[in-house]
Amino acid sequence: MLQLTGIKKKFGNIQVLHGVDLNVRAGEVHALLGENGAGKSTLMKILTGILQPTEGTIRIEGEERKFANYDEAIEAGIGIVFQEFSLIPHLTAVENMFLAREMKNKLGLLDRRTMRARSKEILARLEVDLPLDVPITKLSVAEQQFVEIAKALSLNARILVLDEPTATLTPSEVEHLFKVMRELRKQGVAIIFISHHLEEIFEICDRITVLRDGEFVGDCNVSDVDNDRLVEMMVGRRIENSFPEKPGPRPGAKVMLECEEVQLRKNGPVSQFELREGEILGFAGLVGSGRTETALAMLGAFPATRCKVLVDGEETRFREPAEALAHGIGLLPESRKEQGLITSFSILQNISLNNYGKYRKYHWFIDLKKEMAASEAAMAQVRVKAQGATARVDTLSGGNQQKVVIARWLNHQMKVLIFDEPTRGIDVGAKAEIYQLMREFTAKGYAIIMISSELPEVIGMSDRVCVFRQGGIVATVEGDSINSEEIMTHATTGRVQNVA
Amino acid sequence: MSHNANTADSGKKGGISFGWILHSPLALPLIGLIVVSILMGFASENFFSVSNIMNVLRQVSIVGILAVGMTFVILTGGIDLSVGAVMALAGTIAAGLMVNTGLPGWIALLAGLGVGMGLGLFNGALVAWGRMPAIIVTLATMGIARGFGLLYSGGYPISGIPSWISWFGIGRVGIVPVPVIAMVVIYALAWVLLQRTPFGRHVYAIGGNELAAKLSGVKTQWVKLAVYGISGLTSALAAIILTGRLMSGQPNAGVGFELDAIAAVVLGGTAIAGGRGLILGTLIGAILLGILNNGLNLMGINPYMQDVIKGAIILLAIYIGREW
Repeated sequence: MLQLTGIKKKFGNIQVLHGVDLNVRAGEVHALLGENGAGKSTLMKILTGILQPTEGTIRIEGEERKFANYDEAIEAGIGIVFQEFSLIPHLTAVENMFLAREMKNKLGLLDRRTMRARSKEILARLEVDLPLDVPITKLSVAEQQFVEIAKALSLNARILVLDEPTATLTPSEVEHLFKVMRELRKQGVAIIFISHHLEEIFEICDRITVLRDGEFVGDCNVSDVDNDRLVEMMVGRRIENSFPEKPGPRPGAKVMLECEEVQLRKNGPVSQFELREGEILGFAGLVGSGRTETALAMLGAFPATRCKVLVDGEETRFREPAEALAHGIGLLPESRKEQGLITSFSILQNISLNNYGKYRKYHWFIDLKKEMAASEAAMAQVRVKAQGATARVDTLSGGNQQKVVIARWLNHQMKVLIFDEPTRGIDVGAKAEIYQLMREFTAKGYAIIMISSELPEVIGMSDRVCVFRQGGIVATVEGDSINSEEIMTHATTGRVQNVA
Repeated sequence: MSHNANTADSGKKGGISFGWILHSPLALPLIGLIVVSILMGFASENFFSVSNIMNVLRQVSIVGILAVGMTFVILTGGIDLSVGAVMALAGTIAAGLMVNTGLPGWIALLAGLGVGMGLGLFNGALVAWGRMPAIIVTLATMGIARGFGLLYSGGYPISGIPSWISWFGIGRVGIVPVPVIAMVVIYALAWVLLQRTPFGRHVYAIGGNELAAKLSGVKTQWVKLAVYGISGLTSALAAIILTGRLMSGQPNAGVGFELDAIAAVVLGGTAIAGGRGLILGTLIGAILLGILNNGLNLMGINPYMQDVIKGAIILLAIYIGREW
């Protein structure tokens, strides 16, 4: 029914899809599998007309189609439910379903009765019953998802893309969703299902297509593969990046930070871990598995229901990152632009942002000369390439921006640095430099927590790895157990302990 | 890259160069000030006389001082609508204490400053820890302050204050009016605070990217508390000048002054979303507004028409300056 052939996509000079095929038949649930960054989302954006392929063809029922935009794809019978819903929170289910194509009566006013009846009809087709007259925010996440699906169906979608629909659902809601999917399958709708949870693939899907690093790995029937084979297809054998050598565990390294319990949400899993002097502790797991939130909770920047942290054996609870900084714990956030840098500031000002305690004169004033000297020294230490310290930070490349964020922490008496996705959006050369810097830090006795979605990075850099799934740590691996199969298995099938 | 270096160098090489002004955020406000001054000079021959210039600056001083606190607040990405009402309340209470309780005048003035700063800190605490939108918090404070002033005074001006208070409003040192000296001193202090202290950098950082500032360890909530406190304090300082000029506490004074103060800040090139702007720009903006008022008066233009013209000029200025 749907045939994508030889799809290639380039963003600038970066090839993100290297000729991918996807064949989906009517009345089947087709899994699209791959790690973060494998190209699934890009492929789906091409299918739905949001992006244009550089090469390759899209055929629907044998007929070649080109979609200039999202609306044309909808017209052709493609519907997509994004990971982040596109519903308007304060409107009702009916209003959302008919948004921008409201039915009108003869007076030109909203024909609420017909719209309501039509909504009911579609939801009945899904065998779903949900309140139609309350704002969407009052519905559960699963119900909101059903509204999204119903919206797609009301547009006569015959091909439905579900992008990680189960990521935020409870097990019973997942069951309900699967029931709806089976019902749709019976009605001949083709469903493309994206999920990282392998047991779900085996439960609901008929066929599988696997992508890896933008390459088409293969497609097969679910019945022909098992768990191990799938992980192998997803992870594959890859060219390892050049990581600095791991110095190995230090004898008698003291525990710098002990996290006795972190619970992100009420009734959610409770995690614990410890961080030792001079080690890199990897936080691995899928997007949304609670890695970043756990780190932020420790710093006092995420409202966790429980968070008990011992720094050097002393119990502390930080109310804000400034207090964590006073205890020598710093964060290099995930998104440099949104959480790391003041983009309107110069390099100098960005580095000195949390360093003003150190260069003052007459107690109250900034010693501009010392500020310049210290910042230039920090820039040199992390090897920032720029015109000078007064250059605006938004003129730098991603790698250099990251180095500026790192430089900010050099002059503090730091004990713990948390690197969240330290090399996202950074080219290969700069990556190696950042890895080198991280090892220089640990050699000085810092402890590092590295949150990363890139498996090779986790494996190449970490001394130990905490694997997260569904909001908590499901396993901690070290030594030879740090390999992609082990980590992926825990990240996709590991069990969290739920504590009330 | 090398292109940037060249343009930066060319500014320094040719001896005295004003090239930097064109690249400064002050360029547009300055050009506006010069253009409007020249136009006013043509329209009215008295405009460039020393006495008229001093007169303009004296008239500008109250809004100019309010605009200092407003600049701090707007640089963090906030807004303070309560400045006019807080000024009226601080002046009314100070005058009331002098007249009704017989407190020494200077203690009453200090009490007025305390009232202003207290209300500012109240705003700041609600914005920083209450996580409430500044526009709503300060709108409410505006109502509360105005209402208290009217309650306290029964709605009438409080007169009969010691005559030396008038020095703040109409006194002179040489040919320079005291309010103008006060304004210049306050701007100088604000410049030092913003450009030469860690606090000032933190103000800009919060306006530029509050989350990044917080995650890097800036105590964002305390900084916000402080900027609203400063705004309350400058409102009360303006109140002293106003009280000296009117020789009474006026509970109805300063209606709409918050809008003039915001206009001065924005005309001075400060981004309303925060993070970018200079205190010197605000001074230029305030003087620009004052010249417009003065010039239109000298030309004898209908006061209602004056409002229309001022509004149009503000729109035009912001349209021209919207790029940077």
